Amino acid sequence: MAERLLLRCRDIPDLRRLDVYVAHGGYEATRKALTTCSPEQLVGIVKTSNLRGRGGAGFPTGLKWSFLPKQTAKPVYLAVNADESEPGTFKDRLIIEQDPHQLLEGIIISAYAIRCHTAYIYIRGEFALGAERFEAAIAEARQAGFLGKNVLGTGFDLDVWVHRGAGAYICGEETGLIESLEGKRGYPRIKPPFPATHGLFGCPTIVNNVETLACVPHIVLRGADWFRAIGPEKSPGPKLFCVSGHVVRPGTYELPMGTPLREIIYDHAGGIPGDRKLKGVIPGGASMPVFTADEIDVPMDMDSVQKAGSFLGSAGIMVMDETVCMVWTALVIARFFHHESCGQCTPCREGTGWLEKVLRRLEYGEGTATAADVDLLLNIAGNMMGTTICALSDAAAMPARAFVTKYRAEFEEHAALGRCPFRPIAEPSRRHAHA
Amino acid sequence: MTTEAPQFSGAALAEYRAILGRYPERRAALLPTLWLAQREFGWLSPPVLEYVAQLMELPLAWVTATASFYTMYWKQPPGRWHLQVCRTLPCALRGAEGIRAAVEERLGIRSGEKTADGRFSLEEVECLASCDTAPVLQVNNTEYHESLTVERTLALIDRLAST
Repeated sequence: MAERLLLRCRDIPDLRRLDVYVAHGGYEATRKALTTCSPEQLVGIVKTSNLRGRGGAGFPTGLKWSFLPKQTAKPVYLAVNADESEPGTFKDRLIIEQDPHQLLEGIIISAYAIRCHTAYIYIRGEFALGAERFEAAIAEARQAGFLGKNVLGTGFDLDVWVHRGAGAYICGEETGLIESLEGKRGYPRIKPPFPATHGLFGCPTIVNNVETLACVPHIVLRGADWFRAIGPEKSPGPKLFCVSGHVVRPGTYELPMGTPLREIIYDHAGGIPGDRKLKGVIPGGASMPVFTADEIDVPMDMDSVQKAGSFLGSAGIMVMDETVCMVWTALVIARFFHHESCGQCTPCREGTGWLEKVLRRLEYGEGTATAADVDLLLNIAGNMMGTTICALSDAAAMPARAFVTKYRAEFEEHAALGRCPFRPIAEPSRRHAHA
Repeated sequence: MTTEAPQFSGAALAEYRAILGRYPERRAALLPTLWLAQREFGWLSPPVLEYVAQLMELPLAWVTATASFYTMYWKQPPGRWHLQVCRTLPCALRGAEGIRAAVEERLGIRSGEKTADGRFSLEEVECLASCDTAPVLQVNNTEYHESLTVERTLALIDRLAST
């Protein structure tokens, strides 16, 4: 794809300013949607486009919208998920900071489609600059008549409020996000009922990711067929891929859905520094199973990655070269999930802790690990999957299981040697902190 | 620390009232109100949490439960400069452990501690969503410092130490 849409900010300086955005065709999609389409027509267009959620689960957006009750006396809410916390993912931050009006247009059009008059954007606490920029964009849009009462003279009213998180990965889970919006701990809720019927303040609620909503104005302007023709028909569209780790050019790349992982790593991100060999790639954020160097000829779309045994997730691609210890990598990921488990469900609260503990023993245990620890990891992971309220437990178990299964010899070597063959040193600066 | 009961300034109270107007339920204003309280008082001490509970007419247990869940609400007074070093995989792959070790050595503190003069505190945090510019650290919950090397990190500390 030669033309960049989601990342027009790379080509147009100061696109975050309303005057610049409007000068480049900004808010034409909003005008078109609100003045020529009914809400039902818009839901239909988004359904036909086959747009699927860009936050991680890949659920069809139009279908999600259609789960809202047809008749309701309650207000409908739109909660924008800008909690971007999946390790390796940094695309939504780019949109919020550099092109907030694109997102705001997506919010306005989507709110109109679902008959919502109050939208909240839940921005993770760490994005102080993003929150500031988005507040400024809201103020500009309100001043220009794109928000507030009687948007563009159509009689449609919409308020958009920024709600800042305060440091908790679990608030990216849609019901955890709703709880957090209500002023509580971000404890995920048991589903059903789903947010579409019982969401924020007990009202019908749609939770959509930033990048998902940013696609909506383009679909309105260019049509559902245009969108569906980019990449595979069942998982189409332009997509933001975040590449990090051992590549020459880490960054966010806008490419057609279905671009091969090998092409993303070696062509777009410039390959691995020093011509070192590839050892493994996580294709969709830390929750997703790792691919070995032999598994990277996979088209990066939701269905293809799943067929290959992992998930596209948030498209956070983390690349590891041959110098990386996979026990250490599994430990760094396990530590993350242990830190972020909300603690509601026993298998997750205890399991994430045990995964970290056993992995630490293998990596830094100075001989305390045994060969049985390798199978113990699989045992723990097996007991964590499908046993909890939300998917965090599975998100911790799946990568752990994949690392052990795909790099088993390395785990066994750690146990046999009683130390890490890659880094035969004590854990940096934790020598006195841990017993 | 002052022994007087905490109290929002007039400007902060006005901000608080504007926050209330965004939500149909008062409890939903708790996260932004805690942010406001942290900005006003520096950290969320027990008396500050009691003040927020009283102001919002919410049970103290609700306020405390929420404040204690989120890592960016400070339940201990941080240093003048609170350094939040990312330790998640993309940063770890590009040298985050070395950055943290350098900070620890320069300041003579470990993660979770504060220098005796109260100038610096150090915390390890999880992914800051800046993995393409790893390794990164954030200062005082706001400012990102990206594409760090040990030299650049030590230079940052020197600069902060003199301000």
